Amino acid sequence: MIKREGEIRIPSGCAICGFINKSGKKVSGDVIVKSISYMHDRSNGLGGGFAGYGIYPEYKDLYAFHIFFEDLNARVETERFLEKYFDIVNLSRIPVKKVKSITDSPLIWRYFVEPISTKLAASQLDEKEYVVQKVLKINSDIKGAYVFSSGKNMGVFKAVGFPEDIGEFYRLEEYEGYMWTAHGRYPTNTPGWWGGAHPFALLDHTIVHNGEISSYDANRRFVEMFGYVCTLLTDTEVITYIFDYLTRRQNLSYTDVANIIAAPFWEHIERMEPNQREKFKFFRNTFSSLLITGPFSILVGFEGGLMALNDRLKLRSMVAAEKDDTLYVASEECAIRAICPDVDKIWSPKGGEPIIATLYEKEGASICR
Amino acid sequence: MPINYIYPEYEIIRDKNKCIKCKVCVRQCSNEAHTYDEELDCLYEHNERCVNCHRCVALCPTRALKIVKTDHTFRENYNFTGELINEIYRQAESGGVLLSSMGNPKPFPVYWDKLLINASQVTNPSIDPLREPMETKVFLGKKVSKVEFDENGEVITKGYPNLELSMPILFSAMSYGSISKNAHEALARAAQELGIYYNTGEGGLHKDFYKYGKNTIVQVASGRFGVHKGYLEAGAAIEIKMGQGAKPGIGGHLPGEKIGEDISATRMIPQGTDAISPAPHHDIYSIEDLRQLVYSLKEATNYEKPVIVKIAAVHNVAAIASGIARSGADIIAIDGFRGGTGAAPTRIRDNVGIPIELALAAVDQRLREEGIRNEVSIVIAGSIRNSADIVKAVALGADAVYIGTAALLAIGCHLCRDCQSGKCNWGIATQREDLVKRLNPDIAYKRLVNLLTAWNHEIMEMMGGMGINSIEALRGNRLMLRGVGLNEKELEIFGIKHAGE
Repeated sequence: MIKREGEIRIPSGCAICGFINKSGKKVSGDVIVKSISYMHDRSNGLGGGFAGYGIYPEYKDLYAFHIFFEDLNARVETERFLEKYFDIVNLSRIPVKKVKSITDSPLIWRYFVEPISTKLAASQLDEKEYVVQKVLKINSDIKGAYVFSSGKNMGVFKAVGFPEDIGEFYRLEEYEGYMWTAHGRYPTNTPGWWGGAHPFALLDHTIVHNGEISSYDANRRFVEMFGYVCTLLTDTEVITYIFDYLTRRQNLSYTDVANIIAAPFWEHIERMEPNQREKFKFFRNTFSSLLITGPFSILVGFEGGLMALNDRLKLRSMVAAEKDDTLYVASEECAIRAICPDVDKIWSPKGGEPIIATLYEKEGASICR
Repeated sequence: MPINYIYPEYEIIRDKNKCIKCKVCVRQCSNEAHTYDEELDCLYEHNERCVNCHRCVALCPTRALKIVKTDHTFRENYNFTGELINEIYRQAESGGVLLSSMGNPKPFPVYWDKLLINASQVTNPSIDPLREPMETKVFLGKKVSKVEFDENGEVITKGYPNLELSMPILFSAMSYGSISKNAHEALARAAQELGIYYNTGEGGLHKDFYKYGKNTIVQVASGRFGVHKGYLEAGAAIEIKMGQGAKPGIGGHLPGEKIGEDISATRMIPQGTDAISPAPHHDIYSIEDLRQLVYSLKEATNYEKPVIVKIAAVHNVAAIASGIARSGADIIAIDGFRGGTGAAPTRIRDNVGIPIELALAAVDQRLREEGIRNEVSIVIAGSIRNSADIVKAVALGADAVYIGTAALLAIGCHLCRDCQSGKCNWGIATQREDLVKRLNPDIAYKRLVNLLTAWNHEIMEMMGGMGINSIEALRGNRLMLRGVGLNEKELEIFGIKHAGE
């Protein structure tokens, strides 16, 4: 029998793209679908997905859980679990359109929830940690249930298929967001189920990634010390946990996170000013197990912002562009030109050099610190 | 009663056609295995004195000598081998404990040789260390668990004292006494040139070597020989020796005949007295006592130096290591049952303790399960033979490795395993002045530098093949290993898959 993703580790090549409108102007989901469709050959029909931010303004203070269920039992059990820990304000099937090439769909449901205040207080956890623990619990303990999106005012839509078909399937043209990211996957094996598709998300962090990191098991075994459980064995999953650990638990800025996971080489650090040198040395020593090696290009979405980062040798292609208030990033220039033919500026970011864009309204306000 | 005649294990073969009777062999052999009869102008071989150290073979100018294993034999017996029979004869004669040197030579599994390393193909690129930076720098010591910032976002947390190494290799503890002063000098100078560390062992630090303090780990063992404030302050780190892989549960004994003027001064004991290290530390009968010694040493050195606790790999090693990690130690050194020694009871060396590969896998996993892997670094010892062993050790979870036997081999040791006699013909495990001066520290240190430079290149090549360009991304990266010929239980302990899976 073919093993499902999570039982084996599947290397993948990929296409990624994304954009953020820094003034907060909303853009319909079909724009990102068009962008990723131009990189059709970078996917092989075995996985794709999207993340949209600002798409649930009417429920913006509630956690939006998107959940795959393999059967009714999984849904019943999950809902019993959710009712125990959360107030469920709204629940519904996620509307989809039948598309010929998308088959074997699980049940796909959406819940807008908030933690039950007494339960939250009794747990002695902060709210985000409470939510993370419940999400990880469902994913590891309830058979046939998988929470694939759990942030506020954002959502992930993913499936097995080509990304443009997946966009059509989820009717993304009906959603509007200030930021979108997309992923088309080229796995070497069939993932066997939809949970293996990307983006991978935890709270408002979503990650799309192209690459195959060689540090995977060193990173996995380190983050698992802090309660994360890697159930999918994918790079994207462990990178998401690293971001969650460093930004939420260690309170580091996204720039610092980039300096840890794609740390400068020692020979570069030796040439820095003494203050900088000490800081970088401290980071590399303290978080040495979170250094990521091997090729990657990632887009990290978070509430109000987007970060793009290449591995420190730049072993994967990644192009960035700007037009007015919008930052675009993609694996190939064509995906940007497809939706914005006349950019103001286009460049290829250096390895290990993060590009971070945030909403103007968030500027000045410190992000994660 | 001639029962006690034991036929020599090795025979010296002299090619009389090649021999020019220069008598180098006679002069070089401290065991007097070669003698010369002037009246008859004839050289004789005394096989019973030969320890097979190759000194005469290596120095014979005409290549007239070789040493062969004797074909003399007892009646074949799988159970009572010739070696066992002879050992019984020897003990029946002497009434004494059998002594041996260097690591356990018995045919137990060598797990390093059952682990295979991965490489990149197609889906991700390998990295060429000749063209791209390839980093092997390592820090040893406790890591900060929570970073704090000031209002400007600057880091205010100070890290703990750590050792910085240019490569994940240190020279393991070998005391001045068990090895010669020249051997120590070679290790110290090589450590300095390479940017790594050597370890004094339990014999104190010779006054001439304080200048290498920045690259020295000073050891505090159960005998407390040579320990004083200046000694503790001289080193970059302090190691508490709780045990040794070659002789877990056993102390040490340097016989009085080796305690000359210099060693007497260094160890702070009278000349000619036996230096006996007790089996336990008599102030450590439990884990809470260890904590007190760790903090006493930290107090004495103003919390400026990491403290290493070295233990032998025994059955319950994972739980013991976990206890040590909670006792203030910054680094745990684990010594496997193949670790070397200057002298140990044979039965203990060959039967007590467990393989370092299994001990390492169990300790690393346990510390992670307990969430305290970042509290300590792990250094392993007990037969690291080459750079591939190091890559495998790091992938299993070690931060660095200690090498002892390999370092001695580099400076001339031929592994004849007769260190306890004190007559080392290569000038290493001896205090006899005429023998010590055979070891030239200028040459020896260079050979150590060469060996480790070569190993570091090989480590980089293997890392590059895996697509890893910094050693920390290899540490604990067990996905980079597969087992071959291992059973389910062994794979489970290693936390790896079988080749082909």
